[in-house]
Amino acid sequence: MLCQRCKKQQATVHLTEIVNNEKRERHLCEDCAREEGVVLKAQVNLQDVLSGMLEAHQAAGEETGLTCPDCGMTYGEFRHQGRLGCPHDYEVFAEPLQEVLEKVHGGTEHLGKMPKHSGADQRAQRELMQLRRDLQQAVQREDYEEAARLRDLIQEKESGR
Amino acid sequence: MNLDQIITAPSPWLKPGGPQGDIVLSTRVRLARNVAGRPFLARMSPDDQQEFEQVLKDAVSKAVDEDAFAWFDLDGLSEMDRQCLVERHLVSREHAAAEGPRAVAVSPDQHVAVMTNEEDHLRLQVYAVGLQLEEAWTEADALDDRIEAQVSYAYSPTLGYLTACPTNVGTGMRASVMLHLPALVLTRQIEKVFNAVSRLRLAVRGIYGEGTQAVGDMYQISNQASLGRSERDILNNLASVIPQIIEYEQQARRVLVGESSTALDDRIHRSWALLTHARTISSEETLTLLSAVRLGIHLGRIDGVDIGAVNDLFLMTRRGHIQRIRGAELGEAERDHARADYIRQRLDGHG
Repeated sequence: MLCQRCKKQQATVHLTEIVNNEKRERHLCEDCAREEGVVLKAQVNLQDVLSGMLEAHQAAGEETGLTCPDCGMTYGEFRHQGRLGCPHDYEVFAEPLQEVLEKVHGGTEHLGKMPKHSGADQRAQRELMQLRRDLQQAVQREDYEEAARLRDLIQEKESGR
Repeated sequence: MNLDQIITAPSPWLKPGGPQGDIVLSTRVRLARNVAGRPFLARMSPDDQQEFEQVLKDAVSKAVDEDAFAWFDLDGLSEMDRQCLVERHLVSREHAAAEGPRAVAVSPDQHVAVMTNEEDHLRLQVYAVGLQLEEAWTEADALDDRIEAQVSYAYSPTLGYLTACPTNVGTGMRASVMLHLPALVLTRQIEKVFNAVSRLRLAVRGIYGEGTQAVGDMYQISNQASLGRSERDILNNLASVIPQIIEYEQQARRVLVGESSTALDDRIHRSWALLTHARTISSEETLTLLSAVRLGIHLGRIDGVDIGAVNDLFLMTRRGHIQRIRGAELGEAERDHARADYIRQRLDGHG
């Protein structure tokens, strides 16, 4: 079947419209369909979009050389995996992430729910992460006295929120 | 409650009779949450994950009716059983395929499920039959509060709930509505719905199979943006769009009945005949035929068929479930045979 519009190319886009309860079929080639503003690929995978955007940031990301002091994630690694390493990454990568968030969400500021018991501010959250890392290292070097002290401290901080 | 009981029970998102139930199968609200002071899973050592898994389980157990909810450790389940949980939408495909300690807590009627150590530390989801955005959100919100009374969440005043993937940050919420849109597919207008919807920062995907013409004509529409708008705004956006899609589908159904009723009836009754007489049938063909019969029931073109049984077959004929029903791992040919037997048995005496 030839395109009904240009009558030259093979029609590969088949549209059905219902206007006033009457069915109307149209058969177009891809070029004409595009010219008429028909979007051919409506299915968009969010992950693909994100990877694409992150790719676009490649140059910027490499130049920044940003690394999270808490989890060791670099912006380059994040770009590659599409997943962050810890909550603090949002602060460390704040600048390059800004544009990504804007594109994905159309906004960059949280307007939704707030946790009721939001005692754990970000500083306290980071402190806890640091303590846990210290604890792990203490256990590794078999310094059990220090490990016990750190464990108690972590428990205290966790329950005192 | 054990896995056998879970797998033989009807799924909450396929029960008929919800609001707008002829077109909307179910509503789901999912919240992604992470615990403060912990790295995301990608940066957690296996030992830490092991210890942390128990912390998460304790927190969730205290937030729900502990005696009624059942826990399933994904690591201890066979591939077939994990597949069944995926088919029931109780765990994600990724959660099923992952490694390491991870689990799901399921409510007795399966309308609430909480995954631990998925991509985020916690993924809460609440299902409601038909179109019930408000109800699903209210329940998810309350469950979220109860869990948050047990653990501190990773949260920033400016970015909201912090998630492993920036596509979920903010509210951490994904609200979705599952729709059966056979008439829009038959009249080839489904593309238009996709185009309109994607301009509103909503995403459409087929429930079964990939691409625009999803198998079984089942589609899920959900919010794409989770940051920069409140939960209320996200829900309102969906609540304003979904009725228009329903209206569009109803209009297309009227056109089918008015303009091509013979072709429509032929399709419905041929589908019925195949379902009730086939001796071997693929999963894909099953979904296509079930979709036509389901449409026929709602248009009153086929009598005496229980919509509950038809809805149920959408789930029970899936790869994992059909093997579970037979109690054995089956090859493709054996599955197709078992599936045809099971369908005939379930539809026996109908129609």
